[in-house]
Amino acid sequence: MTDLIAKGTWVDIHRVVLSPGERAPQVPEDTRQVPLEMRVKGVLAEDGALGDEVEVVTPIGRRLRGTLVASNPAYTHGFGPPIPELIPIGAEVRAILRERESHE
Amino acid sequence: MSKTLGYEAVMAERAAVMHESVGIDYRRYATGALAFDYERMLADTGYDVETARAVQSRTAVGDTPLVELKNITELVRSLAEPGKGARIFVKDEAANPSGSFKDRRASLSIHEARRRGYEGVVAASSGNYGAAVASQGAKASLRCIVVQEAFDSRGIAQPEIEEKTRACESYGAEVIRLSVGPELFYVFLQVLKETGYFNASLYTPYSVLGIETLGYELAVQTRDEQTGRFPDVVIATHAGGGNVTGTARGLLKAGAADTQMVAASVDLSGLHMASDRDFNRKSFTTGHTGFSLPFTTWPDRSDVPRSAARALRYMDRFVTVTQGEVFYATQVLAELEGMERGPAGNTSLAAAFAIARMLREEQVVVVQETEYTGAGKHPLAQLNLAKRMGIAVERGDPRDNRPGQRIVIPTHPSQIEVVDVDLDRVRRSYLRRALEALPQGERLGAEDLAFLAAETRSSRSYIEEVIHELPGKAG
Repeated sequence: MTDLIAKGTWVDIHRVVLSPGERAPQVPEDTRQVPLEMRVKGVLAEDGALGDEVEVVTPIGRRLRGTLVASNPAYTHGFGPPIPELIPIGAEVRAILRERESHE
Repeated sequence: MSKTLGYEAVMAERAAVMHESVGIDYRRYATGALAFDYERMLADTGYDVETARAVQSRTAVGDTPLVELKNITELVRSLAEPGKGARIFVKDEAANPSGSFKDRRASLSIHEARRRGYEGVVAASSGNYGAAVASQGAKASLRCIVVQEAFDSRGIAQPEIEEKTRACESYGAEVIRLSVGPELFYVFLQVLKETGYFNASLYTPYSVLGIETLGYELAVQTRDEQTGRFPDVVIATHAGGGNVTGTARGLLKAGAADTQMVAASVDLSGLHMASDRDFNRKSFTTGHTGFSLPFTTWPDRSDVPRSAARALRYMDRFVTVTQGEVFYATQVLAELEGMERGPAGNTSLAAAFAIARMLREEQVVVVQETEYTGAGKHPLAQLNLAKRMGIAVERGDPRDNRPGQRIVIPTHPSQIEVVDVDLDRVRRSYLRRALEALPQGERLGAEDLAFLAAETRSSRSYIEEVIHELPGKAG
């Protein structure tokens, strides 16, 4: 049994807006093979479980329906590890400037 | 949003929804079969530079610092022939409330939406503009919806767009995130229809007039505060055309008529903008050729009937740089100037390395914007995603850069070059598209020829010559 997520929780919902057969005529082949999906966050209007069809109230007060996919979803973007290809650049350009100064 | 009409049905209502949501009757400005009165369309809004500056100053938009990049200038001079290497300045637009010049564009749209009594605004933007609308909307107590193209069919979000999602949500906006595809416009239209909100389009007169203040400020700052002369060259990162258009118009209004306006884009040739597969292989979300080439050759592809962003009217030169060159320039800006910015805004900075090198030492190049940086919106985030998508990231000759396959970070600043886009080809492409749009049975009149000459910064004789050469010519 799935845990109920309480009414009032900040959640993410998902919906298919256009199925592959409904895509615009101009989209390329790879895009045509997948649906146009939508995700939007809001406050859960009633208790619900992941996978349920639910209603949310968005931050501006609109009521939208969709499948409940996440409770209080994290922002997962960040920086990641340093990029080795960028690390030497600072030292390289400072060396060019030092070389220029020594010739002036 | 309710499950409602199909794609074709919603698109068929486009004109009516647009009219309601922008409050401009674009038909009033038609002067020929193709021609319309561009200047009158802009003037009728009532926002001259002084009015726009007054509106913007009320929300702390604009009046950003013009910063001389002394160490980068020295670096460029070390690569240049004796006596060459122009002074490079950057307009630090990251100092705006939401961290980019897009606050200038949003401010007039929001001001107008409020003046006209709309309850809320909708913006179709996956980038800084959405956050700017959300920020300005928050200040004006307007409800705000931002529609983004945010993730691919595997659910992988582009990190820079995820950061914009976070920013918009932090300003209290509703953020509709979509998977890849041009049908974003269909969702956008449905939202406008359901809410009756104002369309804070990037392409209305308000959005473009809001940038005139940027060109105006930088011209005056360069002359009066920094160098005693107007800039010789201003470089603007070019995508949908508003940045180039508004900046160039502002320069002209400040009297900087001899300043060369350069549009710069990241070369993303080979990647398809509507491709689900290519979406997370671009490493740039804007300022790239995937937007700038189609919007330069056909500005009215936008979400309003007559775009106010008409870059071909204003650019003296159009150049591209590579992805690797922009990441390199971003790193150099941080390490030599202590300014961590971008990266998308640094497209014009990369171009400045190459352009300043060819100019004389007393000449002045202004890079016309920066944008804030942070989680997701950073070379580290983009290059880590690129590696995850199987793209090679390596040091080498930037000419070996291949969008979507290989990002080549230069090994030396002398390798940074700009590639000129052939403006004659762009003009011909524009004219071909324009003639395709000519309604069946209509002919080009004198007004149309004058309009097309203004649109392409050419002459009536050039237009006639090109039309004559086109297969299936009209007019």
